[in-house]
Amino acid sequence: MRQSWFKYFLLMPGTLWLGLFVAFPTLLVFLTSFLSRNTYGRLLWEFQIDTYLRLFQWEEWIVILRSLKLSLEVTVVCLITGFPLAYYISRVKKSIQLFLLLLVVIPFLTSSLVRTYAWITLLQKEGLINRLLLSLGWIEEPLELLYNEAAVLLGMTYMFLPFMVLPLYAALEKLDTSLLDAARDLGAGAITVFLKIILPMSRQGILAGSLLVFVPSLGYFFIPDLLGGNRTLLMSNYIATRFSQARDWPFGATLSVLLILLTLALVYLFQKKNPKDNAHEKKV
Amino acid sequence: MKRRYSLLVYALILYLFLYLPIMLVVIFSFNETNSQSSFEGFSFKWYEALFENERVLSAARNSLVVATLSAILATFLGTLLAFGMWRYHFRGKGILEAFLHIPLVLPEVVMGISFLLFFSLLGLRLSLLTVILSHVTFALPYAALVVRSQLEQYDTTLEDAARDLGASPLEVLGKVTLPILMPGIAAAVLLSVILSLDDVVISFFVSGVRGMTLPVKIFSMVRAGVKPDINALSTLMLIGTFLLALGAKKLFEHFESRRTLVK
Repeated sequence: MRQSWFKYFLLMPGTLWLGLFVAFPTLLVFLTSFLSRNTYGRLLWEFQIDTYLRLFQWEEWIVILRSLKLSLEVTVVCLITGFPLAYYISRVKKSIQLFLLLLVVIPFLTSSLVRTYAWITLLQKEGLINRLLLSLGWIEEPLELLYNEAAVLLGMTYMFLPFMVLPLYAALEKLDTSLLDAARDLGAGAITVFLKIILPMSRQGILAGSLLVFVPSLGYFFIPDLLGGNRTLLMSNYIATRFSQARDWPFGATLSVLLILLTLALVYLFQKKNPKDNAHEKKV
Repeated sequence: MKRRYSLLVYALILYLFLYLPIMLVVIFSFNETNSQSSFEGFSFKWYEALFENERVLSAARNSLVVATLSAILATFLGTLLAFGMWRYHFRGKGILEAFLHIPLVLPEVVMGISFLLFFSLLGLRLSLLTVILSHVTFALPYAALVVRSQLEQYDTTLEDAARDLGASPLEVLGKVTLPILMPGIAAAVLLSVILSLDDVVISFFVSGVRGMTLPVKIFSMVRAGVKPDINALSTLMLIGTFLLALGAKKLFEHFESRRTLVK
């Protein structure tokens, strides 16, 4: 009992901080989504649910669907490109594994904005890719490679690939290779081995990696903003412009509420799928 | 064996994909002209232009101040919280745990606007202060989780021994617990610094004109168009990250050598 002040000393500052700067602002987003605004964009204390009804209009729906579709594409592309790499890393000598993993992580430590900028310089009309294609004679005119969904997909894949490779590696590294040998000895082909053994046993890594790619890709507004231009309106940059230029805070908040609920649902589904595996992992 | 080689080639291509764009940014930062596709001669002129750009310099100063202060505060709060949650069982721990994880899963754009709403409700003008408060908030959970992972190897008998010898709780904390947790705390500071220096999305909403950080400044520069001085700035940031990683490596080697000495 003598130590109870010490307990409060440890727990209070962080708890208060989280309450003030996490819980309260998040509640404010919910609250704002029900408020009105005047013509200058100032918030008014008048209740409304029009912004929620607006979500059901087709113009708004299409942004949400496009957002989900793109994030799904990013996840799938990261999974397909990252899987062979993670598999390769998990199969080389232990001493090299760490080095190869470090090589995956290093770009992740550099500024995400710099990495996005790098792709702008490459994809622009005067960029290296267009110059290369021109000098090879494959094209007559420089192509517009920027400001479309493909550019956003590329930029996001580049950004989130490490998030996929690391959990995949963690799952594949535990894979018992004698199982693969046994299956091959029993006459299984490469595809059967992959589908029946490698894929099911790396399920946890696939799920974790997909969550780590899908969720943040919904919120990174500067990638669609810089690589997609005005034509690629996604939820993230749509929300951002509701607050910066349009000054339509209630609708921006409504979209944010939708994004929060979506994220929570995904995290919940993930944890529900994985409780036993998690407990198992902690023991190992 | 053949499969091995095709995987090796694949891995090489993917590593090239990861590194080539960044390397090209560095190369063209030394270009004589403003072309990003043909190298026409070596020059430092874009770096010179950068160091004469007062706005970029002040954004860089802002970023350093924000990263340092927010990392220290986030680590301080995160360490206390991690230690308290590890040590004690109490009612509402599950809720606290959930709130600790919210910033990790909340989409950054949502976190950014939630801060913006919060600060405007308080009537707080956007400045360095609002940026620091926000950065502390998103770094705190990372700091707490890093320290927590260190706590998993922590041996409480050392604390008991110190207490039996008459040390007060604060003395135990300062002379036993903190020194043992130091590698975790250092890692937490480092991670917080990296997160702070990398953040564009949240800073975009809370920095305003007066608290503009370097990434937000670069964002507006890139929006205005591609220019080699952005390459130069990017290169300097890469060098900064590299030095930080190198310093971290040295620091952890130091901890490691001290640990083996103790043993």
